[in-house]
Amino acid sequence: MPPLAQRNLFHDKVRLTVTLTGIVFSVVLIVVQLGLFLGFTTATSNLIDHSNADLWITSKNVPYVEQGVAFSERKLNQVRAVPGVEDAQKLIARWTQWKRHDGGQDSVQIVGINVDAQFERPWNLVEGRVEDLKSPDAVILDELYKQKLGVTRVGELFEINGHRARVVGFTRGIRSFTTSPYVFTTFKNAQDYTGLHEDQTMFILVKVAPGADWRQIRTDILANVKDVDVYTKAQFSHMTTFYWMFTTGAGVAVLIAAVLGLVVGFVVVAQTIYATTVDHIREFGTLKAMGAPNSYVYKVIMKQAAISAVIGYVLGMIVSVFVVHGSQKGGAAILMPFPMAVGMFFLTLTMCIGAALVSINKVTRIDPAMVFKG
Amino acid sequence: MTQAAIAVRQLTKKYDEGESGTLALRGIDLDVHPGELLMLVGPSGSGKTTLLSIMGCILTASSGSVRIAGREVVGLNEKQLPALRLEHIGFVFQGFNLFPTLTAGENVELMLDLKGVSAARAKSRAQELLAQVGLGQKYASFPADLSGGQKQRVAIARALAGDPGIILADEPTAALDSQTGRTVMEMMSDLAHKRGRAVVIVTHDSRVLGFADRIVKIEDGAVAQLDNVPAVHPELLAQIPQASMGLAQ
Repeated sequence: MPPLAQRNLFHDKVRLTVTLTGIVFSVVLIVVQLGLFLGFTTATSNLIDHSNADLWITSKNVPYVEQGVAFSERKLNQVRAVPGVEDAQKLIARWTQWKRHDGGQDSVQIVGINVDAQFERPWNLVEGRVEDLKSPDAVILDELYKQKLGVTRVGELFEINGHRARVVGFTRGIRSFTTSPYVFTTFKNAQDYTGLHEDQTMFILVKVAPGADWRQIRTDILANVKDVDVYTKAQFSHMTTFYWMFTTGAGVAVLIAAVLGLVVGFVVVAQTIYATTVDHIREFGTLKAMGAPNSYVYKVIMKQAAISAVIGYVLGMIVSVFVVHGSQKGGAAILMPFPMAVGMFFLTLTMCIGAALVSINKVTRIDPAMVFKG
Repeated sequence: MTQAAIAVRQLTKKYDEGESGTLALRGIDLDVHPGELLMLVGPSGSGKTTLLSIMGCILTASSGSVRIAGREVVGLNEKQLPALRLEHIGFVFQGFNLFPTLTAGENVELMLDLKGVSAARAKSRAQELLAQVGLGQKYASFPADLSGGQKQRVAIARALAGDPGIILADEPTAALDSQTGRTVMEMMSDLAHKRGRAVVIVTHDSRVLGFADRIVKIEDGAVAQLDNVPAVHPELLAQIPQASMGLAQ
């Protein structure tokens, strides 16, 4: 086929620029919004997803991890006594106040763990070791929040809820969905930092013995331990994510923005391809007069749309890569996994070809007799 | 006598069916044979282009019969007509209707592509056709770089690319000067007389009437009587001693 589609497309450079700008805008907006959605989703359930537990035990009716309610740590022994439980550990996750050197205070989420148990440990350490948490008053936080909390180096001393805290390490990439960063410490320190009594915990994490039926274990725990709920890691993760992303509306907002990006891209491409089609309507009429079936004409228009999609996608992804890369140092990470990038290509192609249908409708109704009108 | 390339019987065309409709053609009878150059003349709005469009299977008749290469086309649906045009008919337009973003060669190749010719074969055939119309060296030129006459010759090459038995031309010399128009008409005449095509030309251009084998005047949607032709084109007889004028048989 002679390069009619390509030539028509590149003939009007201004219109092509408008088309590509619309596609690039759409691609970047969708990638950013979906990437934010993925980033938020990951951040909301980070703590749960990185735990090495099979089951999470909470106080009754706790809807998400930030809404934990303290209960007696004596329930730990009751849980450990259930057949099929390989091990169980206490965990604290609770908000408290971090005092900076300048006197200002910031909200943080204390995560109190048993360092030796390996049920929940800070990950991606870039400075210090997890074992350093065993030293007195030790805390580990993410380097992302250094400036916010007024931290400059390992070894600095701070105050949390009237108790001393010494920074022993930094992680990279552990984001909190809320503005309150995670601060890892020992379980005992966490009780002090969060004002819990020494016989209280917020959660119990359970490791199921190999071959044991977690459903039966769950049933047994509920039968033997009063006023608790038992969830799998996946369930509790989903509940937490769902709360933050949909109950608060945050996720819906970014998804709506992503859909808007798609609509904008569709409209821009539809309008410019339509305008190009109208500009070349006489040629399409001539094609039909020459004996071209409608499918041949459709192919020309679809090819224009597809070429626009490919170029716009490539340019859009280049911009998106820069945006994603730049977001890594920010409070809200934009994630772009490879499947999403591939999916974006097909979405862009579908958007452009769908937009071209408006023009297809136009050329279908061309009266070939118009070619005789000088 | 050979079978008519185009055979029209009692053809009518009415726009906007119903009482308020306009009767553009009224009971046309006309044959066009291979090797014949027929011209349709008449005042504006007389129905010449409508008749040409129906012959070219671009418009459909309201009633009557139109046979193209022996095949009845009245009653064919919209999907069947393009294939018929592609097989049997080549068009030459007043405005040339070349694709401005394609070169002269690519314009000709486009027709060959529609016929399913391979890209390599289409390229070489397009080069042959352009050479035949004297534009072999203009293969890579864009229409914007060609004169009016050259554009029309490219259009003729394109019309021939499908190897049609019928060439329909609507005012092919209207946008050309005398010399260029004459060159184009000589080619059209060759198509009929040397290559055996049935050529039908709609024209207002009295300069070209001398090339016709037959001239048919259309007036108010019907074939007019012969004796009306000199009244409309008084200079005709002086210019065209060799042309014969006659109504369809």
